[in-house]
Amino acid sequence: MGRTVLVTGVSRYLGGRMAALLAADPDIGSVIGVDVVAPELTIPGIEFVRADIRNPVIAKVMGEAAVDTVVHMGVIATPRQAGGRSTMKEINVIGTMQLLAACQRTPGVRSLVVKSTAAVYGSGPKDPAKFTEDMEPKHAPSSGWAKDSVEVETYVRGFARRRPDVSVTTLRFANFIGPTVQTALTSYFTLPVVPTVLGFDPRLQFVHEDDGLEAIRAAVHSPHQGTFNIAGDGVIMLSQAIHRAGRPTIGVLGPLFPMVGRALSPRGLADFSQESVRHLTYGRALDTRAMRRVLEFEPEHTTEEAFVSFLAGAHREGRDVA
Amino acid sequence: MPDANIVPIGPSKAARLVGNTGPQPSAPIARRARRASTPAIDPERIPGEVWTDDEIPDTEEGWLDFARRRLSGDYRVDDFGFDPELTDKVLLALLRPLYRSWFRVETTGLENVPSQGASLIVANHSGVIALDSAMAQLALHDEHPAHRHLRMLGANLVFQTPFMAEIARKAGHTLACHPDAERLLAAGELVGVWPEGFKGVGKPFSQRYKLQRFGRGGFVAAALRTRSPIVPTAIVGAEETYPMIGNARTVARILGLPYFPITPTFPWLGPLGMVPLPSKWLIHFGEPIPTDDYPEGSADDPMVVFNLTDQVREQIQQSLYRLLVKRPSAFG
Repeated sequence: MGRTVLVTGVSRYLGGRMAALLAADPDIGSVIGVDVVAPELTIPGIEFVRADIRNPVIAKVMGEAAVDTVVHMGVIATPRQAGGRSTMKEINVIGTMQLLAACQRTPGVRSLVVKSTAAVYGSGPKDPAKFTEDMEPKHAPSSGWAKDSVEVETYVRGFARRRPDVSVTTLRFANFIGPTVQTALTSYFTLPVVPTVLGFDPRLQFVHEDDGLEAIRAAVHSPHQGTFNIAGDGVIMLSQAIHRAGRPTIGVLGPLFPMVGRALSPRGLADFSQESVRHLTYGRALDTRAMRRVLEFEPEHTTEEAFVSFLAGAHREGRDVA
Repeated sequence: MPDANIVPIGPSKAARLVGNTGPQPSAPIARRARRASTPAIDPERIPGEVWTDDEIPDTEEGWLDFARRRLSGDYRVDDFGFDPELTDKVLLALLRPLYRSWFRVETTGLENVPSQGASLIVANHSGVIALDSAMAQLALHDEHPAHRHLRMLGANLVFQTPFMAEIARKAGHTLACHPDAERLLAAGELVGVWPEGFKGVGKPFSQRYKLQRFGRGGFVAAALRTRSPIVPTAIVGAEETYPMIGNARTVARILGLPYFPITPTFPWLGPLGMVPLPSKWLIHFGEPIPTDDYPEGSADDPMVVFNLTDQVREQIQQSLYRLLVKRPSAFG
């Protein structure tokens, strides 16, 4: 009998692709997708359960289907995707707590894979050049997605202590990028004029969307207890990325940057919240040795290649990027 | 562990260097041979993660092609943000007239800096704005036979100040912290530290060439951990570029700076007061202090770290006195 995997957040792009990827995997018996809203397109091979992970119903679903592996991709990055910051926070934090409570109650659960983010390290001038998994943030995130993710990780660690028989893998991803995924950063790079913080040129690191999903699959296949950074090799400077995209750019004084950014992107997904501004000021890079050594995962794309594939994809879609 | 145990099998490269190819070199020679060996390069290193000097591509192209390529973002940086192309073609080129004509820098002791492999350059710091570090970087790049890039460790103020933050990263520098120091040394880089920090650059003119306290000795621990030799370096001349006769503490506090200099020309002459005085500079790279003789775990022994820090400090101070005697006059 194959394994039964539950994936949360399947109605959003990456969650949906992940569920489909696992469903197509011969080693996996069945895949149950969970989200608050139904996916726009039916995902082949998965059983969709419309359930709010903020609600204890999830425990029942897990028990009945004899779920042994849980892939948590239900943490939302921007308020726009959730319909407001308070809903976002509720889905992210309360949702995770409920999901973990359900996992704790389900004896059959053997492994949990959590998609987290490198944003938990924060961004600032006191940061080391590359973060390893054991480093404490020097500038702990104080708001938004990054802070939610810090809280999510805290609850996940608590769960790992209470259920030592479950293998818990937390994956801290660099920013996803690629030909199809849409994130706050991809919207930022497609702005008509890309604003930057004057006097700063941060190092950015990306993970190609395919590599990111493969990393989750690798963690599902061979569970490794612990936290792992996932990123494409190398970094790209912000100015370099904008030049590659062939976009006009404007340097804005630090304090005015969020205001100008929002003015240039009135309805877009581009994010000019505090944490995002810090990231676009100071940048961040991850050490990925543990990913190679322990997880034995090798991304196919470097940061630069991932960015180039994003540009190619944006060009195909006519999103007006050179 | 007795040193006599270390007998190289066959004539090693290092043993040849010291002129002994006999089957049983004496203990001191074996030790010297070991000193001459370069520290091992981190086996888990990803190529391009930290750019070593021989990995930097060499391009022959005109300025126009260069500008065009730069504007299309077609270049590479290492994981620290080091942009060797920009550093060589633009940043160092801008400093060169200052180095050659204005300060007439004379560099000695370059043979003490290895042509490859890790080494920690430790130098005195002075002169209000850290021109001495820039000159040391240029000296090693232009005058060292291997044209080495110096990767400096800077205070976090550097990385939070607009423009300085951007230039520092692109010139290959990073934050002074253990992980970064060790990552660079483990990759076989030449790393520069100015352990006096702001106490050194912001000291009054009356204190010139008197070394300040050497931080907490973190640089020594990093060198011990990576078994990299320490090169004590003395820089004479930077003190007279901006003779700091006063410090406007209130202004400094308002601007969030560690000090606000008052010199005979600044701020009285406005922007003209920012021109450094044309002092005569001497840089001497001293004899390396090996760190591979210390037993495992010495980096965590505070006494070893303190003693080694003192040794480095003393060597730099002596070297400073010698250079000052050698220099005919401050502006000669």
